[in-house]
Amino acid sequence: MSVIAFLIQTLRIATPYLFAASGGVLSERSGIIALTLEGWMLTGAFCAALGSFYSGSPWVGLLCGAGGGVLVAALHALASIRYRADQVVVGIAINLLAVGATRFFLRLAFDSSSNSPRVPGFDWFSAEGGASQQSASVFVSLANPLVVIGLISLPLVWWILNRTPFGLRLRAAGEKPEAVASVGVSVARVRWLAVLLAGVFAGLGGTYLALEQHQFTDSMTAGRGFIALAAVIFGNWEPRRVAVACLLFAAAETFQIRLQGLQLIPSQFVEMIPYLLTIVAVAGIVGRTRQPSALGRVAD
Amino acid sequence: MATDRAPAVSPPGIPRWLQPLLPPLTALLIAAVVGDLLILTFGQSPREVFRLLIEGTWGNAYGLGQVLYKATTLICTGLAVALGIRAGMFNIGAEGQLALGGFAAAAIGLLLPAGTPALVAIPVCVAAACAGGSAGAAVPGVLKARFGASEVIVTIMMNFIIAALLNWAVATQLNVAESLHTPEIHAGAVPRLAAVSALFSGSAANFTILFALGAAVFTGWWLFRTRAGYELRAAGLQPDAAEYGGIRVGSVWLRTMLLSGALAGLGGVNYVLGYKQYYEEGFAAGAGYLGIAVALVGRNHPAGVVISALLFATLSQGALAVNALVPKQMVDVLTAIVIIAVATAVPEVERLLRAVRGKTA
Repeated sequence: MSVIAFLIQTLRIATPYLFAASGGVLSERSGIIALTLEGWMLTGAFCAALGSFYSGSPWVGLLCGAGGGVLVAALHALASIRYRADQVVVGIAINLLAVGATRFFLRLAFDSSSNSPRVPGFDWFSAEGGASQQSASVFVSLANPLVVIGLISLPLVWWILNRTPFGLRLRAAGEKPEAVASVGVSVARVRWLAVLLAGVFAGLGGTYLALEQHQFTDSMTAGRGFIALAAVIFGNWEPRRVAVACLLFAAAETFQIRLQGLQLIPSQFVEMIPYLLTIVAVAGIVGRTRQPSALGRVAD
Repeated sequence: MATDRAPAVSPPGIPRWLQPLLPPLTALLIAAVVGDLLILTFGQSPREVFRLLIEGTWGNAYGLGQVLYKATTLICTGLAVALGIRAGMFNIGAEGQLALGGFAAAAIGLLLPAGTPALVAIPVCVAAACAGGSAGAAVPGVLKARFGASEVIVTIMMNFIIAALLNWAVATQLNVAESLHTPEIHAGAVPRLAAVSALFSGSAANFTILFALGAAVFTGWWLFRTRAGYELRAAGLQPDAAEYGGIRVGSVWLRTMLLSGALAGLGGVNYVLGYKQYYEEGFAAGAGYLGIAVALVGRNHPAGVVISALLFATLSQGALAVNALVPKQMVDVLTAIVIIAVATAVPEVERLLRAVRGKTA
């Protein structure tokens, strides 16, 4: 029983990672550095809370969350594709913008500096009732459409990348943009589409957080976008391996939460695991990773 | 494609001295417009808000002192980022290096016996701060020099690792009960500016600003007057050509990263030795990331860094002054807009300038 509980908790923790990492893979494979995942998620979370609050429907929240992700993704694309700004600089700035803007509009919309009021989420089954608690939590988790979409998001990205003409162009734009341009396809257009789609995924990751907690809280993504980025890099930009990395990082976190009472390892050291593994991976100490060769490069 | 486009505006003969200033000025103009819009959404008058902002910063002793205090940290992190960019490296780890520097200064300050004379204690603690920052930068530096690992990725990851490490150290090893800070140091405190002049009374401004300005002068000298600085810039402009010219680019990168980390670490002195006399979790509060904005707007030149540090410090302090009218977070939004605008305006304006020059030549 506790194995199932462990798996479910892992899945719940992994869902935002799976979403954001899907966006990360799409964006980075097209050649646009995805330092902004954190900012896209945070904006998505805020817009989802806003939409869900004013409409009373989590589905509207979901659409707004995806839309919020797309909005900041468009800003990122405009600066780094249209105006060829340095992608790292713009990425850092957009993360800053997301934190500042969500706080600003939190004050404007809800007159609060810390959190939104309670918003409707996807809880179709209530988790009350003592004996059926365990089985109820299974239903509660799996009945959330976002968990289901999150689970299929990386397989979907794999399919787009490897089985569609758009995916072929996307990968080529990230590896050899000149080749894409030489056959008359606009690199900028492919990258724009990839980044906007990435914004949808990352925005949904934020949406999951806001709707699951039934509110938006200040800086609620708490570095999850960077863990997702770590998973993208550790997974060598391959959707299947990235999915494994997301689940692995989430499992480590679950493990730490469950063992908190035992004090075996300080929790801070468990927190470091994704980052340490990523550094080891980029340094090529064991099994070198290889990033898309035109990542971060301007293409005309 | 886009480079062949005729420029939208063709100003005849822009003065040479003005050309490097154009992109940052354009960016500030854009930010001012966005700022006006945000103020209007809150139903306030932009003129009133900007008046309060100036009054609350440069208009009184406390405000001025706070601006100088905030600028001190930003000069350090801005120099750290600028130096890295000159060598072709992006040190996004200034945030973590700053925190590590502050922690090292606090830890060494605790080790020193209470009666240690300031002339000994301050240099020791400052050296500890620089060494702490360098240690944080050593990991990305070594991995870049030895394995070619992307310093962008490694420094980002290091920020989180350093944060977790310091969190652990303060929570379990060196804490004052019921707090997130270390005990107060016994020796090594840097005096406040208010101690010598009533002009800064009440503010946190302290003599660390002299260290920061000294660091700016040193960085300028190092970059433009030494052989090492020449190698650094050559490695940044064209690493392959530099390598061919006999420069060992790998060791230049490592050296630059260590120096960059030391500059960021020096920023920790401002808070720990100059203000609180202890390390507190989260004291860096984004000053490392803001260093990127400072370096960018300052065009990676030490003098530019000092000026743009003052600008961002004014915005940051001014945010508190206008908080009654508009949320102080407006300044975070404006900072981000400035960064994005500079990052887009620099290539765009330079392209326009090139086009103008091509026409007149």
